[in-house]
Amino acid sequence: MSEYLVQFNNISKFFGKVIALKNVTMKLRKGEIMCLLGDNGAGKSTLIKTLAGVHKPDEGEIIFEGEKIIFDSPKEALDIGIATVYQDLALVSLMSVTRNFFMGREPLKGPPFFKTFDIKKANKIAAERMGQIGIDIRDPSQAVGTMSGGERQCLAISRAIYFGAKVLILDEPTSALGVHQASVVLKYIVKAASQGLAVILITHNVHHAYPVGNSFTVLNRGKSLGTYEKKDISREKLLSMMAGGEELDKLEVELKEMNRIST
Amino acid sequence: MSTKSKSIESKTDFNQDDRLKKVSKFKVLLNRPELGALGGAILVFIFFGIVAGDTGMFSAYGILNFLDVSANLGIIAIAAAMLMIGGEFDLSIGSMIGFAGICIAIPAIYWGWPLWMSIIFAFSMAVLVGYFNGILVVRTGLPSFIVTLAMLFILRGATLALTRLITGRTQVPGLRVLIENDPIAWIFATDSFKWLFTWLGSMNLIALRTDGTPLATGIPPSVIWFIALAILTTWILMKTRYGNWIFASGGDKNGANNVGVPVGRVKISLFIGTAVAATIFATIQVLDAGSADTMRGTLKELEAIAAAVVGGCLLTGGYGSAIGAAFGAIIFGTVSMGIFYTDVDTDWFKVFLGAMMLIAVIFNNYIRKKVTESK
Repeated sequence: MSEYLVQFNNISKFFGKVIALKNVTMKLRKGEIMCLLGDNGAGKSTLIKTLAGVHKPDEGEIIFEGEKIIFDSPKEALDIGIATVYQDLALVSLMSVTRNFFMGREPLKGPPFFKTFDIKKANKIAAERMGQIGIDIRDPSQAVGTMSGGERQCLAISRAIYFGAKVLILDEPTSALGVHQASVVLKYIVKAASQGLAVILITHNVHHAYPVGNSFTVLNRGKSLGTYEKKDISREKLLSMMAGGEELDKLEVELKEMNRIST
Repeated sequence: MSTKSKSIESKTDFNQDDRLKKVSKFKVLLNRPELGALGGAILVFIFFGIVAGDTGMFSAYGILNFLDVSANLGIIAIAAAMLMIGGEFDLSIGSMIGFAGICIAIPAIYWGWPLWMSIIFAFSMAVLVGYFNGILVVRTGLPSFIVTLAMLFILRGATLALTRLITGRTQVPGLRVLIENDPIAWIFATDSFKWLFTWLGSMNLIALRTDGTPLATGIPPSVIWFIALAILTTWILMKTRYGNWIFASGGDKNGANNVGVPVGRVKISLFIGTAVAATIFATIQVLDAGSADTMRGTLKELEAIAAAVVGGCLLTGGYGSAIGAAFGAIIFGTVSMGIFYTDVDTDWFKVFLGAMMLIAVIFNNYIRKKVTESK
């Protein structure tokens, strides 16, 4: 088995003539957080969906725990342990914390044909798990709607981990959050990684990504601009790469040129 | 040092936890969806207790009378509430009642089928209609309001046209003689606890007819069905995995799908539920009246939805309770019967019904805002 838990090698995805992704390569070890950075339209969503099993890659291979795998559905990705937390979080705000935590995977008790939802056990696990993150839920039967955005994000992540995620793909987990809430979520992501998960953190916010990431992949117009270890790249360099720094440099030169001619 | 501060911290946490728990228990009670309907039912009883306490409304006969009306409405209101929690409407309930009645009467009277076979036939048709409604809504993604509105017209029209085609009229009488000795019909046509009423009569505790038999002969089958359904559906919603799936499907279809809830199957099963409930309603009424009428059940779908809304169901789905719908039905049933015992003209009933619904919707909306708002 290789040192990597999961490898995405030369992934390409085409929609008709449009090249959505071209030769994107990412490798993750256990306990590592890779940040996937990119501006709007860089191909982040397509890449997530390809990783999560929604799209099949047209080229390239996915190697998980040393074996080449092909997903036919998001469920298959989930079954082997690649879990994706989308921006909408798949939480129902009118339902309780417990009912959300176990939505679709309720623990059962009782004889066959009369199995009931073991709410006691579910409440206990949900409260325990949320407590571990430091979110004190007064009452696991309270509605998710009463929780803050950060707490909801943590609930969704915690749920994915509880149900056996080994690779966690997080889609913009901090984009809708205030500074304090975002830091709570980021702290939790680091904690999750330290327990042996591989995390792919998708974001366009370098300031959120840089403190927590071990490595950074920058995506621009469907192509990877490379993967950098944290020690090899500064926050400023990342920022300028993401914003299309070269293009801005070019623009600056051109503007100077124009000024020179006109004067 | 660090351990010390930690222990202090956890201690304060504990205290805070304790304090908040008391508040939340009270809040939990306030936030139960059926609270409004329960309060409403109590108010209605108090009102008629004062206004009509000495008129016979609360004699055994009077109580059974308004319970019977409440129970009939309750049977379909509970099913409508389940479907509403699952995020959909069924406007074809009323038409299904008429259709189911004809499905029982025509085979039994004109084709010579045994009554039990006609009843099974009617329930089979209900499953088909419910399945058709469900699959149309799930597959096309169209609002169930429109799909079932179409079904409202189709079913009512087909009921009328087929009945006139086969029988040459719009009513099919003559069922009463078939009920005796039928292996299934008794489930929908027998008064229960007759011994109790006979005993109460013999003790002179309830009113008697001139021949000495009690005026109220037993608990009508509708009430038994109503109570059984209310218990069953509440158990399903609160205690089973399927119940959790109903809330999830209505609360957030996509989210539920993403975590593995079979939303389509849940919704189809709930549509089958409303059609089957309509057929239970129809069977009880047809056997009680001894005849089927093509117009039976007209507008019942709206009363069922009104009772579900008064019972705390949100029109947007994902929230509500079956027991709440049951209370909603009791409110409507009690008022519609109770109004006869007062001096008020019965024309005012619909005014009451509408006003009640408006108040309920405003109240529910407020509750939803409270439940979903962030800190």
